[in-house]
Amino acid sequence: MNTKPMLQVRDLHFRYDPEQPTYAVNGVSMEVHRGEFVAVLGANGCGKSTLAKHLNAILLPETGTVLVEGMDTREEDHLYDIRQKVGMVFQNPDNQIVATIVEEDVAFALENLGVPTPEIRTRIDEAMKMAGIYDKKDKAPYKLSGGQKQRVAIAGVIAMRPDCLVLDEATAMLDPRGRAQVMQTIRTLRAAGISIVSITHYMEEAAQADRVLVMNQGKIVMEGTPEEVFSQTERLKSYHLDVPQAAELRDQLVAAGLPMPENVITPEACAEALFQLLQGSPA
Amino acid sequence: MLRDITIGQHFPGNSILHRCDPRLKIVMTIAYIVVLFVASNPLGILLSLALLALLYSLAKIPYRLILKSLKPIVPIVIFTAVLNLFFMGGEGEPLFHWWLLSIYAEGIRYAILMSVRVIALIAGTSLLTYTTSPIVLTDAIESLLRPLEKVHFPVHELAMMMTIALRFIPTLIEETEKIMNAQKARGAKLDNGKFTERIHALIPILIPLFISAFRRADELAMAMECRCYHGGQGRTRLKVLRFTRQDGLCALAMAAMLAVIVATRFL
Repeated sequence: MNTKPMLQVRDLHFRYDPEQPTYAVNGVSMEVHRGEFVAVLGANGCGKSTLAKHLNAILLPETGTVLVEGMDTREEDHLYDIRQKVGMVFQNPDNQIVATIVEEDVAFALENLGVPTPEIRTRIDEAMKMAGIYDKKDKAPYKLSGGQKQRVAIAGVIAMRPDCLVLDEATAMLDPRGRAQVMQTIRTLRAAGISIVSITHYMEEAAQADRVLVMNQGKIVMEGTPEEVFSQTERLKSYHLDVPQAAELRDQLVAAGLPMPENVITPEACAEALFQLLQGSPA
Repeated sequence: MLRDITIGQHFPGNSILHRCDPRLKIVMTIAYIVVLFVASNPLGILLSLALLALLYSLAKIPYRLILKSLKPIVPIVIFTAVLNLFFMGGEGEPLFHWWLLSIYAEGIRYAILMSVRVIALIAGTSLLTYTTSPIVLTDAIESLLRPLEKVHFPVHELAMMMTIALRFIPTLIEETEKIMNAQKARGAKLDNGKFTERIHALIPILIPLFISAFRRADELAMAMECRCYHGGQGRTRLKVLRFTRQDGLCALAMAAMLAVIVATRFL
């Protein structure tokens, strides 16, 4: 990562009510590089959604700065440039879809940006193919499943050709199948070079990220690769977070006196470690 | 049960009427309504009915759908017919006389003409919604009202509101069903009791529905902002309405037929 970071947050403070002493985001600094997948974890009310809303100028910082490719989110002249560069997808797909036909909804952002009609067509086709909903383009959104609706919402955002996609608990309301569909779409987007910031509750999703941030009471309290973060099971539990089952199992095995390697967080890695252990031990 | 409600009752198809420019269809529907009232002679009404039958067969819309769309207006038709029947004064001897009521030949003529006219009116306007999807209809209305922007009439906002309303009808219906089931599970009696009791029973359904609708509106506004929505200024459209040569021919044909119907008045 030799280039300048795509998103830069410096000492961000924000509170919803300036009369109250508690800050929703209390001094956060972070960076997101081009093409990176960053997961933000944290218990309810830790300020992670508030942080996300600062990334495309939905909320503006009280103190501190948020820079999107060098543009300050407080500069109103750049507002639409910033929103076009940083797309945002929310939790409930039903509340993000504007139009009554899938392709019209995907075109909504481009219509707002004043993109000429022939170009809208090519860009929405591209976005719908990337999100895997091209075959549903003439359908009414309410006839689709949750996962499909959320992918319509994602397509509507990536039609703007953003450099970064912020997912604010975008999989929280979906069933496991819908979640898998959305994760597949995220992988496609990463392959296309789009940075992803995913605010999530699901450890399995965070485990696929390049970098994990853990927030607690408006601050970033842990940062590192998924392996580094998830192997600290005790600390995660103190922030009211779940621990991946594989990491939990590894900890209990270590506690029982079995030699297990560090950084075991996925079921596959855990199975491999156990296999090695069983092979190595005398029958 | 709530799911059966359809607004607009679009009947998808690919006939010449379905493909026609929606703006033309709206204008022609209005013209047809005007003609129905201008051509108040039996021949004119008969010809307008014939025109309607021709258009319905062109659109390949099954006749039972017409009956379905006419069902709710049966009381209105009967009401107007009865009013015309008894209150239309005529010359000469009444055909029937009893107490204050009397029926003249003129009354019967008028009653029949009036009911046929109302039926043609409803069937004609239904044809518009049958052959045009609500979203296309909204686009057409936006396009037709565009000149009003000069007098600062919020045309784009109106169209946007209509689109969002159409989009949220199924969502809110689903939500209402969910809330009704949730309240039933808590022992609410929704389907029986006296009229006032039933009205009372609606309160625990409407309040959560409203609260959730406001929350949805809030989130939708944020999602729209995230997609750079800033009103109608400088907006382009994915689908641009085009008035084709075929539309021009349709317009000419319709205008000619309507003119013939109006001409019957002067015979």
